[in-house]
Amino acid sequence: MTEVWTTIGVLAVVGAAIKATGPVLLGGRNLPRWANGVIALLAPALLTALVVVDTFGSDRSLAIDARAAGLAAAIVAIALRAPLLVVVVGAAAATAAVRAVS
Amino acid sequence: MSGPGTFRDGIRAGLPFFLPTAAIGISFGVVTRSLGWDLGAPIVMSAIVYSGSAQFAATSVLGDGGTVFSAVLAAALVNARFLPMGMAFAPALEGGPVRRAAEGQAVVDASWALANRGGRFDRKLLLGATLPQYVGWFVGTVIGAVAGSSIGDPAELGLDAMFPAFFLALLVPELRASERALGVAAAGGLLALALTPLTSPGIPIVAASLASLYGVRRR
Repeated sequence: MTEVWTTIGVLAVVGAAIKATGPVLLGGRNLPRWANGVIALLAPALLTALVVVDTFGSDRSLAIDARAAGLAAAIVAIALRAPLLVVVVGAAAATAAVRAVS
Repeated sequence: MSGPGTFRDGIRAGLPFFLPTAAIGISFGVVTRSLGWDLGAPIVMSAIVYSGSAQFAATSVLGDGGTVFSAVLAAALVNARFLPMGMAFAPALEGGPVRRAAEGQAVVDASWALANRGGRFDRKLLLGATLPQYVGWFVGTVIGAVAGSSIGDPAELGLDAMFPAFFLALLVPELRASERALGVAAAGGLLALALTPLTSPGIPIVAASLASLYGVRRR
């Protein structure tokens, strides 16, 4: 149990430091133009990675499972210009349905 | 939303994530209790670490008999994406370094993406959006830790599939914005997929962010 509590304490400090680095070093300043170009592209790169890893990643391997059905449902809902809530609830329902029958 | 958002707008924007975040918090509470953790440990961890992916990473390393060092390292790598995300958020912050550091703690994936206005960030919207997620994460963990395995599996409800669907919904307008964004997104996604079997969790996401370096090129 000591290990658990030590991990919790150290991780709280390390995690806070990671999140504080950018705001402390760069806060309130306007970044140079080249940096703005990079930051504008950060969202598409990170969001795509989160989508594919959250859908197809399971630990250290790739898998096509019920989550893929959820993503497919989300793609359809987005193409139909459904509201955000419908997109995410639809994805959960499709995933739950596939898990229920498999 | 077109103009700058208020804190209240942020709370409203973050509210749809209360339930899925709470559900994952419940599974975190259940998992840690099944590993023999004290009742207070998952609850304190969720309160002061507040990062689902990092907490699961550290927990699984400890559960496999790993050391404190390797557990913290794994979790830090999972959270390394908050380094570039925090740098992107920084210009929107005001006040001294302590206040900026404190407000930087509010950066989580969903809030960061919601507050993104083409590379500039809406500070109040981000802070507000994190509040319902923090409450959901904490309350969910308490429920899971107290109830333990008497609760069913939250995965059966498919709630874990809400996050990629949400990220996709935020991604689509980004892709429509420019051809550069489409190319960079494809490169980042392929890089993340390719690295998933090869590296520890978290690295693929961080590596994908490197694709954005294409932005140093002038249009």
